[in-house]
Order: sequence, then C-alpha cells, then structure tokens
Amino acid sequence: MNDATPAVEIRDLHKHFGRLEVLKGISLTARPGDVVAVIGGSGSGKSTMLRCINMLETPSAGEIAIHGEAYAMRPTRDGGLEPADRRQLQRIRAQLGMVFQNFNLWPHRTVLGNVIEVPVQVLGMPRDEAVARARQVLDRVGLAEKEDAYPAHLSGGQQQRCAIARVLAVEPLAMLFDEPTSALDPELVGEVLNVIRDLAAEKRTMILVTHEMGFARDVASHVVYLKDGRIEEQGPPEQIFGDPRSPHLQQFIRSIA
Amino acid sequence: MIDAMDFSLLALSSPGWGGALLAGFLRSVELAAGGYLLGLVIGLLGATAKLYGGRVLRDIAEIYTLLIRAVPELVLMLLFYYVGTDLLNKLMGAMGREGIDIDGLSAGILVIGLVQGGYATEVIRGAIRAVPPGQIEAALAFGMSPLKVLRRVTLPAMTPHALPGMANLWMIATKDTALLAVIGFSELTLVTKQAAAATREYFLFFIAAGLLYLALTLISNLGLRWLERRARRGLPAAA
Repeated sequence: MNDATPAVEIRDLHKHFGRLEVLKGISLTARPGDVVAVIGGSGSGKSTMLRCINMLETPSAGEIAIHGEAYAMRPTRDGGLEPADRRQLQRIRAQLGMVFQNFNLWPHRTVLGNVIEVPVQVLGMPRDEAVARARQVLDRVGLAEKEDAYPAHLSGGQQQRCAIARVLAVEPLAMLFDEPTSALDPELVGEVLNVIRDLAAEKRTMILVTHEMGFARDVASHVVYLKDGRIEEQGPPEQIFGDPRSPHLQQFIRSIA
Repeated sequence: MIDAMDFSLLALSSPGWGGALLAGFLRSVELAAGGYLLGLVIGLLGATAKLYGGRVLRDIAEIYTLLIRAVPELVLMLLFYYVGTDLLNKLMGAMGREGIDIDGLSAGILVIGLVQGGYATEVIRGAIRAVPPGQIEAALAFGMSPLKVLRRVTLPAMTPHALPGMANLWMIATKDTALLAVIGFSELTLVTKQAAAATREYFLFFIAAGLLYLALTLISNLGLRWLERRARRGLPAAA
C-alpha cells in the first residue's frame, strides 16, 4: 500500500429502507489527510452515507473500501447486502473512529474508562500503555482534569470532546463525524469545533457531516453537497461556497447564510 | 396474652426451639440465595435469547416465561419437585443408569430458581431495552464483538435499570421459600409450625418467625441500597 491508497473509497453506493431510496449511487474518495465535509439538507442521505462507511448501515448495493480493503459482502434474501466476514468487519471498524451527534459515551465508565476501553478491549493494548496514551489525548482535547468524572457530570461540549478523545486513542485511519455539534447548546459549539479544527490542521483524515457551513469552509479540503441521495456538486470549499453552480446548492447556501 | 408467653421456649438449646428456628432460617436464606442466583443466570440467558436469539431460542424463552408467569408458584413447585425428580429418575433409568437422589437443598434451589428465572427474564429484558441504542452502536462502531458488547456495555449499562426489579425479586425469593414447607423442607416456616404445634404457642413462634423474615428484609434493604448507589454512579442524581 502506498500513500496513493485512498483512506476511504465509496463506489456506487445505494441504500434503501423498504421502498424508500435514500442513497442513489454515491462515489466518494478520501485520500489520507483529506478533510471531506459533507453538507446537504435534512433527508439528503448524508448521515446514512457516513454510517455505511463503518457498516452501521449496510449498503443495498455498491462497494466500500477502507485503505484499499473492501468489505466482504454477501447478498441477503431481501435483495440487499450484509457483511460476510465478521472478523474482517471488526478489524476494519477498529481502524475507523466515529464521533456521534449524541456523543454515545458509555455512562457507566469514567472519562478515562471510556477512552481506554477500545484500546484495551479491542486492540489488546496493555492497560498501562492505554492509560498513558489516554492521558495524552485527554490533554489534547482539554479534559486532563476530568479523567475521573462520569459522562453525565460533564457539559455537552465536554462529553463531545471526550468522545473525540475516545476516537483519537485508537489512532484511526479515518475519523467519521456525524453532525458532532448538532446536539450542543450554541455556546458549547465553539470548543468542539476548535478541537476538530486542530485535528484537521494535523492532516488527519476526516469525513465530516455538518451543518456548520462556516466551519466546513474553513477546515475542509473537499466539500460534497448531497441532494436527494446523490452528489449534486463537489469541489474545493472556495468553489462550493464561493461559486456554486447547481441552483439547489445556491439556494441551500442562501438558506443557511 | 404477652404476659402468658413463655419466652424460654425460644432458647437456643433444647427444650427451647430457638436453635431449630435459626437452623430453619439459615436453610431459608440458603434456598433463597441459591434460587435467586440461579434465577439471575436464567434471567440473563432468557433475556438475551429473547432480544438477540434466533427464532427457536426466542420461542423457547417466550414459552418458558409465559408458563412460569401463568401458573401459581405453589403449583409450579409441586410440579417441578415431584414430577421433575420422577422424570429425571425415569430418564436415568432409561439410559441404564441408576436413579439419582437429588438432595433437598439442590432440589429446592432448582425449584425456586426456575420460578425466579421467568420473572428475572422479563426484568432484565426491560432493563436492556432501556439502554440507549447509541451506546451499543458506539461499541459496535469501534469493532467490538457482539459478545464483548454484551459484557462490557449492555450488561453494565442495564444494571441500574434492572436493580429495582431484581431487588423486588430477591424479596419475593425470601418469601417463596416458605412455600417449600408444603413439600416438607425444614425451612423457617415448617420448623415454626412444628414448634408451634408441639408447644401450642402459635402466637409466640409465628411472631418470632415474622421477625426473622423482617430482619432479613431490613438487612437486604441495606445491601440493595448500597448496590443501587454503586450501579447508579455516573448516572444523573435524579432519575
């Protein structure tokens, strides 16, 4: 594998829920170091697309490869697909880190417990090493003081920063952000965006579903605009936000500006 | 009436019945604890079968909880005890082995455990469903195996939700042991009855037995409260 191997590659992805077709053939490539921002109205399929990357949603058709390795899939009886190889699925998933809209921290574990959980339990890292690394990443997201707190005793912004630390602790090939600031009070959005901005500056590979247009414009290397399950327009942020071609995108940008 | 009671009858050694009463009490606690633990194990298996099992497992668990909860406990106990041991012996006989003699304690624990398991299945199933799915999803997204998700996330996260119901079941288990008196277990109730009949001091002995059951409940409450505090740490104070 050389550097040209895409970190995430999606080829002709389709997804339908029953008769509702949510994704209608999406192809997208994120090379190492890319920060791909996915924007679009609600119901455009952007979260579904993101959740297909780690198979939280199984595609109905199409192929997804992480660092050149495609998920082994097999057809299901109802005409869809499902992961065929559980070990491969777990191995690939462990190389991806996802930050959720609702944080989804484990409430029965402390901040430190949340961050060392995957390194110790999934990656088999010795506990001491995991703790040392967890302290580093907690320091990075500004939670060094909070390692013994339980998630419920943190603000939303702190919880989300803890969730980001949990992802950093596994040194993922790519980080997936599913509207990471949508559940936060407005005054807490900034602290989370700042952390993500720092990570983007380090050239970490990210795919970021977001409603924060100003932020997407600042940090993204590539912006994808989804409309009704298709990529309607994509390109560098200056082009997407400065000179949008599709009338839908023009209208979308006007409506949130 | 109180004046007329002869408290020396409660003395620990003969001719007092205190020692026998205490032995019966300990037997009751043993039966309750053993049956409760067995019920907990059955409940965990039953709940996971109902929520994550294939069709066959789900149906088995469904029929089990339906029957257990539909039939009076006393009937179940008589059924399990007499019919169960009989069937087991016939089965062993058919396989060419000699019948086994299940000792009373194991049989009693088995009987209580089977009844408790039916209720525990439902308590735990409800508790697991109360865990926000996002927490489980997060674990899966990080590459945890389903079994590990169950052990590291689902079960600990459901514990605070299960505790009130499981505490209730413990109280019920301590009292269900009294039903075993009917089968002839020398647990607290049967011993009390014997002592009362022998001395004709019904009031004295049944009050004493009641106080012992009460003491067990009060002590249990302390332990359960501690457990609940521990399981709920990390959860918001009011819930």
